[in-house]
Amino acid sequence: MRIPCPICGPRDRREFYYQGHAVMLERPAAEAGEAAWDGYLHLRENPAGQTQDLWYHEAGCGAWLKVTRDTVTHDVLRAELVEAGHAD
Amino acid sequence: MAELRASSPCAGLLPLVRGGVTLDEVSPGVITALAPFRGGEAALSSALQAAYGLGFPAAGQALEAGETACIWSGRAQAFLIGPAPDAGLAARAVLTDQSDAWAVVELSGPGAEDVLARLVPLDLRPAAFPPGWAARSLLQHMTVTLWRSGSGAFRIMAFRSMARTLAHEIGTAMALVAARRDAG
Repeated sequence: MRIPCPICGPRDRREFYYQGHAVMLERPAAEAGEAAWDGYLHLRENPAGQTQDLWYHEAGCGAWLKVTRDTVTHDVLRAELVEAGHAD
Repeated sequence: MAELRASSPCAGLLPLVRGGVTLDEVSPGVITALAPFRGGEAALSSALQAAYGLGFPAAGQALEAGETACIWSGRAQAFLIGPAPDAGLAARAVLTDQSDAWAVVELSGPGAEDVLARLVPLDLRPAAFPPGWAARSLLQHMTVTLWRSGSGAFRIMAFRSMARTLAHEIGTAMALVAARRDAG
C-alpha cells in the first residue's frame, strides 16, 4: 500500500501512522450537547466503499494527511494536507 | 581530575568494507536545524544565498556548495551542515545546534543502491534519486535523513543514540549483498 504524500510523493505505508476516521477534524462546539460529542468520540461508519481517514507521515515530512481510499477495491484515491483545509 | 575526550558517534564501529561497498563515518562539521518563520522561506533563502551561495531547499532537495550543504529534513525545516550559522540567519529562522545529535555516515561503491534497497522503502536508483535529491524515510525501523552525495554514494543521518544499530543494519545488508554477488 502506498500513500501519495503531497509533499514527498508516493510513499510506503510503513512511513505512516494511522490515526482514524477524518471525522476527527469536525470537532463539535463545546456546547453542542451529549449526542454530538458521543457521536464524535465513539460512533463511526464502516462503509463498503470510499472513506476518509487521517494519517501522519511520521517517518517522512511530518505532515498530517487526509487520505481518501476505497475499502472494497483497496484503491488509495488521493491524499490532501490537513493544514490546507484547517489553517490555524 | 578526569580527562574528557570527545568521541565520534561511530568510533570503533566504522569503517566497514564488504564486496566493494564502503561504509564510513563522516565528520559533518556544525549541524544547524533551520526552521523558517511562517511565510519566511523566501527571506531565509536570500540570507542563505548571500552567506553560502545556496538557497533553502525545496521538499526532497539536497543543496551543496563547496563545504556547505543544506538538506531538506521535513516540512518547513532543513539542516545546514558544515559551517557555523551566519549571523544573518537568526532573524529569519529558528536555529538549533544539533551537531552532537546525529551520526552521519557515507555508503559508497558499486552496489550501494542494492544495499539500501534491503533497508529503505524508496527507489534510490540513479534515475529515481539522482544527485541533488534528499529524503526522510525509514532504514529498517529507524527514521533517517539521506541524500545522494555522488554518483555511487549516499550520506545517511540517524540519531546518534542509534549509531551502533545503524552500523549493524547497514553492515549486515552489505554482507548479504556481497555474498549474493560472490555466489554468482
